[in-house]
Amino acid sequence: MATNMSSVKSGAAGAATFADSDSRKFRYFEPRGRRATHYEDVTVDVQPDPERYLMQDWIISFPDGKGAYVKEWTAAKSSNWHAFRAPDQEWERTHYQRQSTIEGMIQNVVQNARRAGAPARFDKAWVKVLQTHLGAWKHAEFGLGTSLMQAQRYGYTQMINNAILTNSSYKLRFAQDITLYLAEIGIDIEGFDDSAGKTAWLESPIWQPTRKAIETIMGATDPLEQYFATNIVFEPLVGELFRSGFIMQVASSNRDFVTPAVVSAAEADYERNLANTVDLFHLLCHDDEHGQANQQVCEGWLAKHVPLGRDAGQHLQPIWSEPRAKPVPFTDAQAHAQDRLAAIAGELGLNLPKE
Amino acid sequence: MADGLTLNKITAQRGIPVTEAAKKIADLGWNPSFVQEAMTFPTDYKITKAPKDPMKQVLRSYFPMQEEKDNRVYGALDAALRGDMFRNVEPRWVEWMKLFLAIIPFPEISAARSMAMVGRLAPGEDLRTGFTMQMVDEFRHSTIQMNLKKWYMENYIDPAGFDITEEAFGKCYATTIGRQFGEGFITGDAITSANVYLTVVAETAFTNTLFVAMPSEAARNGDYALPTVFLSVQSDESRHIGNGHSMLMSMLKEPENHLLLERDLKYAFWQNHAIVDAAIGTFIEYGTTNRDKTKESYAEMWHRWIFEDYYRTYMLPLEKYGIKIHHDDVHEAWKRITQKFYVHTVAQFFAVGWPVNFWRIEAQTDKDFEWFEHKYPGWYAQFGEFWKWYEKLSHKGQTNILFNGDVGYVYPHRCWSCLVPCLIREDLTVEEIDGQLHTFAHPIDAWTVKTAFAGEYEGRPTPAMGRFSGRREWESCYHGWDLADCIKDLGFVRTDGKTLIPQPHLRFDDREMWTLDDVRGHTLQSPLITLREMTPEAREKHIAEYKAGFAINPCN
Ligand SMILES: [Fe+2]
Ligand SMILES: [Fe+2]
Repeated sequence: MATNMSSVKSGAAGAATFADSDSRKFRYFEPRGRRATHYEDVTVDVQPDPERYLMQDWIISFPDGKGAYVKEWTAAKSSNWHAFRAPDQEWERTHYQRQSTIEGMIQNVVQNARRAGAPARFDKAWVKVLQTHLGAWKHAEFGLGTSLMQAQRYGYTQMINNAILTNSSYKLRFAQDITLYLAEIGIDIEGFDDSAGKTAWLESPIWQPTRKAIETIMGATDPLEQYFATNIVFEPLVGELFRSGFIMQVASSNRDFVTPAVVSAAEADYERNLANTVDLFHLLCHDDEHGQANQQVCEGWLAKHVPLGRDAGQHLQPIWSEPRAKPVPFTDAQAHAQDRLAAIAGELGLNLPKE
Repeated sequence: MADGLTLNKITAQRGIPVTEAAKKIADLGWNPSFVQEAMTFPTDYKITKAPKDPMKQVLRSYFPMQEEKDNRVYGALDAALRGDMFRNVEPRWVEWMKLFLAIIPFPEISAARSMAMVGRLAPGEDLRTGFTMQMVDEFRHSTIQMNLKKWYMENYIDPAGFDITEEAFGKCYATTIGRQFGEGFITGDAITSANVYLTVVAETAFTNTLFVAMPSEAARNGDYALPTVFLSVQSDESRHIGNGHSMLMSMLKEPENHLLLERDLKYAFWQNHAIVDAAIGTFIEYGTTNRDKTKESYAEMWHRWIFEDYYRTYMLPLEKYGIKIHHDDVHEAWKRITQKFYVHTVAQFFAVGWPVNFWRIEAQTDKDFEWFEHKYPGWYAQFGEFWKWYEKLSHKGQTNILFNGDVGYVYPHRCWSCLVPCLIREDLTVEEIDGQLHTFAHPIDAWTVKTAFAGEYEGRPTPAMGRFSGRREWESCYHGWDLADCIKDLGFVRTDGKTLIPQPHLRFDDREMWTLDDVRGHTLQSPLITLREMTPEAREKHIAEYKAGFAINPCN
């Protein structure tokens, strides 16, 4: 049945010319730039929207009648939720490449350091700091990771949810990195108490305000509040304060060249997640229709989370006096954290609550 | 260097055993005391026992392992292009990938979203890493499949249909079935959707047909790309199945969950069967040009994977926990697949509706007939003439098969539950819900909507259960529309503004390709609206005739 067969002997592009035989781009969305990026091609519109192409609307609903994704799950509003593109352009391949590179880097550093006997030469007081405070800190990272894992269910577009998903993945990886790192150096350091961190996290007065700030983010029901509070508020006020303002700057003076390498990965993660978050909220706060309302919403979140973050940061102060060598005063680190928060808020055009 | 004295041994350092590592990682969680987490994912299940993680997983080994898998996938795609794969690929096959790959990235990413739900509901943190890996895996699946689709679009002879893929997903009368599947993972009772429907049934029972059978058939049609991607996807599934089983075990420990579990296993099995078998069965049996009689048919694979591996090996042992298993439904599904020609009636329906598709479907030919008759005795008597008609009416100038009265096909009612039409005519079930008539493909579909998706189940309040909603019957969206206007509204027109994206043949030639003008002048009608408008007497007669079935007229 010759008429029934393909008219052409090849299934390759260009084997025949006919209507749209050269239509080789997705043509259902507007790229952010002149041409669609790879990230856009594999991301945009995968989560459908009744206002775009979902002609039959959501076909299963919750008992309250709401469909799979609704705008009311966040207090923020947008005249075009689909405009956001994550600046880090993450999709599966880049995500695994980056995560895998980080894991490889950390394992190399730690292995080489242990081979050279480095952990045993850490200053004694510093070892206590690591087991207690870095040990406590891993729970903060984990809390943010689980909170973002929750939030990635609720955003209105694929771009928003995938950015939150990768953020969650970075946080959970880092929490595990610290856990395994401490367990490994614990093998080499006599008397290392691997449970001291969790005890401090649950009981030490130094850590309770941090735990409260984290639990407040975990307990929030607005997914964008969780994303905002994590990257706009908690990270500069507490996250960077502890990681950069303390660990990264103090470790080497206490004969520890290893921990900063482990922690530095998280700082790089944060730069990307911050860029994503700022881009999203910049868009929302400058929305033609809802910009002002969104600024109010964000300032409401600042009013809720900034005092918790400041209190958390303030209570970490005693940690700065625990190591033998104290190359940076807490006040400098704290001032830097405040400046950083102010700079981020300024970029979004938001007013911070008074201290 | 002396034997046995390798560099590795000299420098080896003590590490933490993996069990120990997993234990430490599970200890990252704590019970909040300042602010409680809100229960934003309602469920009627009670879960008090923390699920165990038998896999002892850590992210440190996960990310490099996945990156390595990715490297193999992308390396193989490059190799396929260097080897000129598309010169020898069967267009019949690739055309169906326009439908398949329009659907699948959404269920995949929905699975990622649903990890939020089980992650929060599971007490303890043992399985947190398992859920995290699955979340990232499903993000992987969704974007790696979008990438594959883009790759087909860039390299296959006819990119039309791939180029509108996610738009088509939201609109097409066939993708509506896939949306029911994906939404089922994320909406309604969190355990029903994210654990039972997604993991215990879809992943455990049906991913073999999706991710193993599909690749084999792809390879038989010269497509080496799909196997590379989908076997890599499938290699993540055993972890997901492990997560789901662990959750299931901790739910079984609460006797008051048993009733709900019986409900959900029944609903999920039946609907997965209705949806997955409709779609994958069609791709495998009708999207192939390979008619090797020694290969397994879809029915044979179904028996091995669903009946033996899932039903007999996975489901039956649950009875010792006191759960009643839906034996009859499994046998009924098997009967539908074999005696009642379920997959074949679906393929026929997709073919009839070609003008409102967004891919090409070519006719089955003599060589295909022989294979079908061999594997499904009695096939020719029921479907042979139809496919001859289909070939005859594939030429421009003919009245399209959807509206051609000479053929004898009766356009089907749509099942309100699975959204596959009521194709096994004698099983049509009409029920009144809230004063309105609804049509179902089978009494179990009616049970799903009326009994399972309700605020109460067998006297027990189920406030978390979802509802079936939206404009469920696709046909009612275009009731009274001219076919050409409908296709335009769907966006299934090529960029010249007139040539249709769908075509009933594989002739890549403008002179042979149907345009809007070739299909204008026929009015679409919703079977459901029509049924509701009938007088009771007319309706009774209509239902009786529908159940009696139809005969395709001889095609000369
Ligand atoms: Fe998947
Ligand atoms: Fe999966």
